[in-house]
Amino acid sequence: MKQFTYVKPTTQTTAVTAIGKPGTKIIAGGTNLVDLMKKGVTAPNRLVDINALPLKEISTTKDGLHIGALALNSVVSENATVIKLQPLLSMALKAGASPQLRNMATVGGNMMQRTRCVYFYDTTMPCNKRAPGTGCGAMEGYNRMHAIFGTSDKCIAVHPSDMCVALAALDATVVVTGKKGTRRIPFTQFHRLPGDNPELDNQLAADEMILSVEIPENNFAKNSYYLKVRDRQSYAFALVSVAAALDIQNGVIQSARLAMGGVAHKPWRLFDAEKALAGKPATEDSFKTAALIAMQGAKGHEYNAFKLKLAPATIVEALKHASGLV
Amino acid sequence: MMKEATISTIPTSADGLSRVDGRAKVTGAAKYSAEYKLDGMTYAVLVGSTITNGTIASIDIKAAEKAPGVLAVITYLNAPKVPGHQVAKNPGKPEVKSGPLKVFYDNKIMLNNHPVAMVIADTFERAQYAASLVKATYNKQVHDTKPPKDINKGVAPSDGKDFTRGTADAWQNAPIKLEQEYTLPNEFHNPMELHAIIAKWNSDDKLTIWDKTQGVKATRGDIAKAFNLKEENVQVNSQFVGGAFGSALQVWPHEIAAIIGAKVVMRPVKLVLSRPDMFTSVGYRPYTWQKIGIGATADGKLVGITHEAAGQTSSYEDFSEGPINVSKALYACPNVTTRYKIVSLDVGTPTWMRGPGEATGAFALESALDELSYKLKVDPIELRLINYAKTDPVSGKPFSSKFLDEAYEIGAKQIGWKDRKAEPAQATQNGWLVGYGMGGGMFGAYRDKATVKAIMKADGILTLQTAVSDIGPGTGTAMTLIAAERMGISPDKIKFEMGESSLPDAPMQGGSATTATVGGAVYDACNDLKQKFQKLMGNGGTDKLDYAKILKDNNLPSLDVTVQSSLGSDGQKYSMQSWSVHFTKVLVHPKTGVVKIDKVVCVADSGTIVSPKTARSQIVGGAIGGIGMALMEEGVIDQRYGRYVNNNLADYHVPVNADIPQIEALFVNKPDPHINQMGAKGMGEIALIGMAAAVANAVYNATGKRVRDLPITPDKLI
Ligand SMILES: Cc1cc2nc3c(=O)[nH]c(=O)nc-3n(C[C@H](O)[C@H](O)[C@H](O)COP(=O)(O)OP(=O)(O)OC[C@H]3O[C@@H](n4cnc5c(N)ncnc54)[C@H](O)[C@@H]3O)c2cc1C
Repeated sequence: MKQFTYVKPTTQTTAVTAIGKPGTKIIAGGTNLVDLMKKGVTAPNRLVDINALPLKEISTTKDGLHIGALALNSVVSENATVIKLQPLLSMALKAGASPQLRNMATVGGNMMQRTRCVYFYDTTMPCNKRAPGTGCGAMEGYNRMHAIFGTSDKCIAVHPSDMCVALAALDATVVVTGKKGTRRIPFTQFHRLPGDNPELDNQLAADEMILSVEIPENNFAKNSYYLKVRDRQSYAFALVSVAAALDIQNGVIQSARLAMGGVAHKPWRLFDAEKALAGKPATEDSFKTAALIAMQGAKGHEYNAFKLKLAPATIVEALKHASGLV
Repeated sequence: MMKEATISTIPTSADGLSRVDGRAKVTGAAKYSAEYKLDGMTYAVLVGSTITNGTIASIDIKAAEKAPGVLAVITYLNAPKVPGHQVAKNPGKPEVKSGPLKVFYDNKIMLNNHPVAMVIADTFERAQYAASLVKATYNKQVHDTKPPKDINKGVAPSDGKDFTRGTADAWQNAPIKLEQEYTLPNEFHNPMELHAIIAKWNSDDKLTIWDKTQGVKATRGDIAKAFNLKEENVQVNSQFVGGAFGSALQVWPHEIAAIIGAKVVMRPVKLVLSRPDMFTSVGYRPYTWQKIGIGATADGKLVGITHEAAGQTSSYEDFSEGPINVSKALYACPNVTTRYKIVSLDVGTPTWMRGPGEATGAFALESALDELSYKLKVDPIELRLINYAKTDPVSGKPFSSKFLDEAYEIGAKQIGWKDRKAEPAQATQNGWLVGYGMGGGMFGAYRDKATVKAIMKADGILTLQTAVSDIGPGTGTAMTLIAAERMGISPDKIKFEMGESSLPDAPMQGGSATTATVGGAVYDACNDLKQKFQKLMGNGGTDKLDYAKILKDNNLPSLDVTVQSSLGSDGQKYSMQSWSVHFTKVLVHPKTGVVKIDKVVCVADSGTIVSPKTARSQIVGGAIGGIGMALMEEGVIDQRYGRYVNNNLADYHVPVNADIPQIEALFVNKPDPHINQMGAKGMGEIALIGMAAAVANAVYNATGKRVRDLPITPDKLI
């Protein structure tokens, strides 16, 4: 890989100054960034190691659950408060990668991880996300893992995270900071659709960094489930995954949260299906109706058309698990 | 006739010796080829072509040459000639194919990632960076990487004509019959240890290499030939091999490249392939299309089998294997027709991969037999027993030993076969569909020639020497056990030395032949050595000898023998085969198509089990390979580019722990009286052969969906 310089700031202020310079990349756990550097997909000339910053805490505040950007995926998934208040997040984290990777991966890095599209990873292939204007290799190529929602004619890649699917469902907020100060971005708006600029994965500016995520209090802890369908039982990205959270009183759904992974350029929140579930009995019939609504607008490609069938089936199964039907 | 299996499913200390090199391996003391540190070591990185067919138009190495730490950049334009590459042209007989890929030979590109340059630098990182600066341009030609869909485009390999026993295509006239097509994608050995070599020229005509190879002697011979050296001037070391599965049975271009490089820089060169390179540089199990026509009488007697297969090979070299062999030999079927063709594509040459040919063929045959069993409404085990071959259907010879029927019985009991429903999609468990399946396999039980030197020293330590490699099955352990039994001494008094070409002759570790071959030689050598001691004692002596004392009494520092041993005339009289049967219980989610293997039972009939613990590991590893073949392994080429798109272990799936249940490995454990004195036959290949069909058949039993195109991923079941 290309030679680069390395700094390790110890305060937020020096970190913010450091990341402002062009050609700079933040490194946290390094489980994604180092791979991308080795493959030549990204070639920063400067790394800012943020691991010395005090951003590891997990605490409850008036805004709900607060998780620092450097909290490890493994630590968050095993944290008693997380398991008690937001079990969906713990389940989603445990469905991701492998224990070794989760021991290195951070919450901020997980949000910022790049697509696993094979054309993005191979620098000899066309890819509008990696090299804007070169075309999309996946569109007419091997697109088994690719998106069925929100694609553009420039890009059909998916965001690969499991954790983010749960955070999207749970109405989390991302807290970021930069030279212009600190701002809060609703999680569902943090990642973006490819449109004409697939090189941009999210709303974070080049000179900003993630400080934390916050999850508001909710009534979903009892009826949450993360279901990930994949080609092997561990250490594989989702073909389709569903985060389902229900507030059920006397067999009636008061409110629902649903998001899908492996289907779009961002964690795919299913607002319309949630609305359809509210006020309905927690039965398989209600779930099937919601799944049908969720699938509106989906479009398959040569190798991923099976997702059009797998996705609604996974929604129904996840809801059955969440509601205790299985 | 039911015989209790002799091995518990989880080995305990009572099951005998643990791996003699286990401690060295888990503590890191065991050194693999890439782990040697030599003075003045340099590091090589290959640059591969980005096109699939054509020629190099230009290649710019200036920037790479100027990069820090770079010692040389080698291309076809500046590489020293390899004598073995200069084939004498025979004008009378034009070459159809050019033969094994000649690295840095000319500007031709035969496959995607064809090596076009090699950078050598003082560190690996610098070599890698400089490699990214090499810029090649190409004259592109149309390529064809599309796998065969029938046998029409193929040609018969030089070693395989169409075959008919009895009447051709007789299955068509059977009262109950079916014809189906099966495909198996390109699969990659992907051992954990990447292929690696360190090459060091000691002088102009003396070479030492540390190399990942399954045969130090064969590698020595091939390299001596390629570089026109005397064999004794080439030293090949391969003390530990981190898995190979067939990928290290031959000398590949990267090995030649490293040796060329070491000559250019006149320093030791280390070359470790990258994981993506492992998909194009060291062979693979070829994509194979198969069609089986099979017919039987209403009571299940096979009338005929026709097995067609077309496998892919490269445009420059033929590779053939025997996918159709199982159909000739596994069952007593009077009429068998086979047609096998190979199809040349712009890809790398395939090679043997665990259970080569047979594993591919057994998937098709054992699936077809399962399909037939449902049509006949005969239990799949019963169907196999009805057509049980008591003598070799191909040669007509008696088997040296065969207890496959016992294996069926042992396995059926252990998996709980009685719980299997005769009709598919009848059983559920917690909302998951439940299915049972079985599939069997066979593979030739080979015994080759090997020489072992056995040395007993005054300290009572027995040293055994032979040039075999151990790619992981635990050869040292099995050989130690054979010697300990023969000599009547404790295993910790035995040292087994291998993996160096200067040691006495042994064949490559391949074809499941090592235990039978080298084990036979160890047995004979120990026998002879023991007799030498008995002679020293006069009139035969007793069987229990104190070797150290005898040496001391006779004032001798040591006694040794060198014995060459091979299969006797029984090899002509008998058909020698190893057998296996695999049983699986699977759970399939009816809505998401996810398959979970719930239970696996494998039963091997491979003669006497000389080393219970490593035998069990061997079966477990093979079964896991079979599960990978059944459920996930698939190398995907983007046909537009002729390039692999999943050439890494995140995208090319092999099973992980979560995919694998407790695997019960059981053995009939009855000696084959003809192959060697221990009665031991090989089991490396049969551990995998038939496993994929056992899974596919269980998936059908669970769901009623027959998947004939591997792997069985969730999308194929919804
Ligand atoms: C083989 C493999 C399998 C995997 N499987 C899964 C899976 O099944 N599911 C899943 O969800 N994930 C999976 N992952 C991805 C894994 O979750 C991510 O690699 C990990 O979460 C990244 O975190 P990190 O801290 O290592 O990030 P890094 O690699 O350090 O950084 C990743 C990116 O985030 C940026 N970044 C890091 N922290 C911040 C911050 N605080 N503010 C702004 N930018 C920041 C970096 O600049 C970089 O661009 C897998 C990874 C591998 C290698």
